[in-house]
Amino acid sequence: MKILVPVKRVVDYNVKVRVKPDQSGVDIANVKMSMNPFCEIAVEEAVRLKEKGLASEIVAVSAGVAQCQETLRNAMAIGADRGILIESDAELQPLAVAKLLKAVVEREQPRLVILGKQAIDDDANQTGQMLAALLGWGQATFASKVELTADTVTVTREVDGGLETVALKLPAIVTTDLRLNEPRYATLPNIMKAKKKPLDTVKPADLGVDVTPRLTTLKVEEPPKRQGGVKVPDVATLIEKLKNEAKVI
Amino acid sequence: MSSYHAPTKEYRLLLETVAPIAELAKLPHFSEATTDTVYAILEESAKFAHEVLDPLNATGDRSGARFDAAQHAVTTPEGFRAAYEAYREMGGAALPVPTEFGGLGMPRTVVTLTDEMMHSANLSFGLMPLLTQGAIEALLLAGSDELKATYVAKMASGEWGGTMNLTEPQAGSDLALVKARAEPQPDGSYRIFGTKIFITFGEHDFTENIVHLVLARLPDAPEGVKGISLFVVPKFLVQPDGSLGARNDVQCVSIEHKLGIHASPTCVMQYGDAGGAVGFVVGEVNRGLEYMFVMMNLARFGVGLQGVALAERAYQHAVAYARERVQSRDVGAPKNPSVPIIRHPDVRRMLLRMRAQTEAARALAMATACALDLAQAHPDAEVRRAQQAFAELMIPIHKGWATEMAQDVTYQGVQVHGGMGFIEETGAAQYYRDARITTIYEGTTAIQANDLIGRKMAREGGVTANALIGTMRAFVTELAPSTHPHLIVAARRLREGIDAAERAVAFNLAHFNQDIRACFAGSVPMVKLFGIVCGGWQLARVGLAAERRLAAGDPDREFLEAKLATLRFYVDTMLPEAIAAADVVVNGAEGTMALAESAF
Repeated sequence: MKILVPVKRVVDYNVKVRVKPDQSGVDIANVKMSMNPFCEIAVEEAVRLKEKGLASEIVAVSAGVAQCQETLRNAMAIGADRGILIESDAELQPLAVAKLLKAVVEREQPRLVILGKQAIDDDANQTGQMLAALLGWGQATFASKVELTADTVTVTREVDGGLETVALKLPAIVTTDLRLNEPRYATLPNIMKAKKKPLDTVKPADLGVDVTPRLTTLKVEEPPKRQGGVKVPDVATLIEKLKNEAKVI
Repeated sequence: MSSYHAPTKEYRLLLETVAPIAELAKLPHFSEATTDTVYAILEESAKFAHEVLDPLNATGDRSGARFDAAQHAVTTPEGFRAAYEAYREMGGAALPVPTEFGGLGMPRTVVTLTDEMMHSANLSFGLMPLLTQGAIEALLLAGSDELKATYVAKMASGEWGGTMNLTEPQAGSDLALVKARAEPQPDGSYRIFGTKIFITFGEHDFTENIVHLVLARLPDAPEGVKGISLFVVPKFLVQPDGSLGARNDVQCVSIEHKLGIHASPTCVMQYGDAGGAVGFVVGEVNRGLEYMFVMMNLARFGVGLQGVALAERAYQHAVAYARERVQSRDVGAPKNPSVPIIRHPDVRRMLLRMRAQTEAARALAMATACALDLAQAHPDAEVRRAQQAFAELMIPIHKGWATEMAQDVTYQGVQVHGGMGFIEETGAAQYYRDARITTIYEGTTAIQANDLIGRKMAREGGVTANALIGTMRAFVTELAPSTHPHLIVAARRLREGIDAAERAVAFNLAHFNQDIRACFAGSVPMVKLFGIVCGGWQLARVGLAAERRLAAGDPDREFLEAKLATLRFYVDTMLPEAIAAADVVVNGAEGTMALAESAF
């Protein structure tokens, strides 16, 4: 069984981003970039399925600038067999990415696509769902456990009220939550081997996809600065403040 | 408590300037070390240092390694064993080992950076891989094919650890006094007897076997340094099929209570109490010290790097605190509310003193590492010879200066924290305590200084030292046309520093034969002088590259401008210390020896 794992290159989680002076977005020039942590979990899950003998090939795919090659090499160092870069300097919104991925799915014919549930830059949480809709496949989002057979996948999902278990017929889409697994460190020999694994580059036009943004960003602002707290003398005052000042109870 | 983030951007800049990795990767020997592979290795190692090693540093310091006298067993602090297992799985131990012995064959230039991260995050942990690297080096240098086949691959995979057993109670810096005995056996092996002290990771719970390299004397060996041989003594004997056999007659009999590096067990090792530990000679008999000294170059380089690593860690810790701690008003705006202490000029001076010295020492370490790689792998024999000579001159300077510099930097790190710095919970004190050993082990600063003024300068008539002075003068000429104000000052200050170095070398060469005490009296100041001047030279190389990038429109202005500003601080405040040190070299001997011994 072939598994497709889309991976996104994002600002590293340790970086404190700054809003650009013109409020058009955050400044990502000269900051450290790495693989989206949820995508790392997706790669790890695919590799574990392969190690269990349930998958035969893992294809990592990324859409974005040429430097996304580093992200793909990283996925291959963790255990993906090959990579596909859909190279574009344009802004790629979730719908465009989902369309690009649909075209790759049609070419590659995987039985399972595992994606991160969201990327830590835009936190959109849309691509997996859109891809499922475009393909007409079943989707199991926010997975905390994945059990795969030849024809089905049973997924435990983290939902607001607790855990929900769903069974899907393949082919299907799974998106990963934080607790699905703990990604391994790429071993140094595998980092060196990853360089020799195949990496193909295509352009959105080769896939027949129009990636023009459908949404316009009006303004990006810093979140409001946190105000200093106050000490309250007793519980009664606390309740009073929560009722009348914060108006939360 | 701050957490450690490896300065990988800084590393990349060094790999593009003073230690050009792209050039090394052109050599067939290092063809795997392409820039993208190296950067990927650095990023993964940085993640490992941040997520696995750093969180164990303070807890390891508090609990320390523990010794069970009944079982002769050492338990490392909680979490260390699992961290080592993760390190082993990652393939960390294999990085510098040649591919034919199961390693990854990465150049020293790369290993220098991965080692720095490991030592920054957790110095106690880092000692075990460092010592194992040294033991592998010694086996590769002089061991028979059989010894290499038996031990090296298992050590490169991290399955077995390695140790270096040199010191005895009466033989510290002076190894001529080694007394451990080796008695030849009919089967060609030896029985080893004696006590070794200060054995780092002599016993531990990381690996199933420990490969001890031990200095000992044969019964008929000549007196002194020419009668010492090197032996392999495994904790468990290795059977012909590679599996582990009988427990050897070597025991850890206690571990030391120390000022720092608490999580690293420093062992007293007892050999031969039950009939003799089985040992195998490495190379030829009576040449042990000679092999050890070749190996020791790398160990000394590694300890110098620990100085850089702790300085970096202390700097990051101090900056984090200085940004957060609000205390007193800005002297320039006294009507405004209190400010984070990073706003105060003297805190700035301390932080910049920490940062500038750290960056200079790192750049010098990287230039030295690159020279070691070229000395090993360059196709041209003349280049190999020149690079080897440069590296050998640099190693005592780097070890001596970077570790002494780390005392200053970790001291400033405590000082930035004020009273909180004196409180262990804050964390700054640990770096200060951990740093203290680095000027002592693998040869004290004075031993480095003796090596520098004797073997590396006077005995070869100053050829390499004067060649270095010529190289630095040529660089200053290259710097001269620059119109950037910081580079103009750097060129002038460096020229003064190089002049001072030249005066000191001339003094050393002129007096070494007639008045050797005068030379030795100024040997440690000589290390400081060369450390500061050579560090400044490397920092200026980086600064010049930064200016060229800025002029070419590189958008990363903040980072590059910081290189020039740091250089400016360094040349203005550190170079004068070098010039003063030269004065001590030339004029300080009479005063140093003036007081009669009986008057102390």
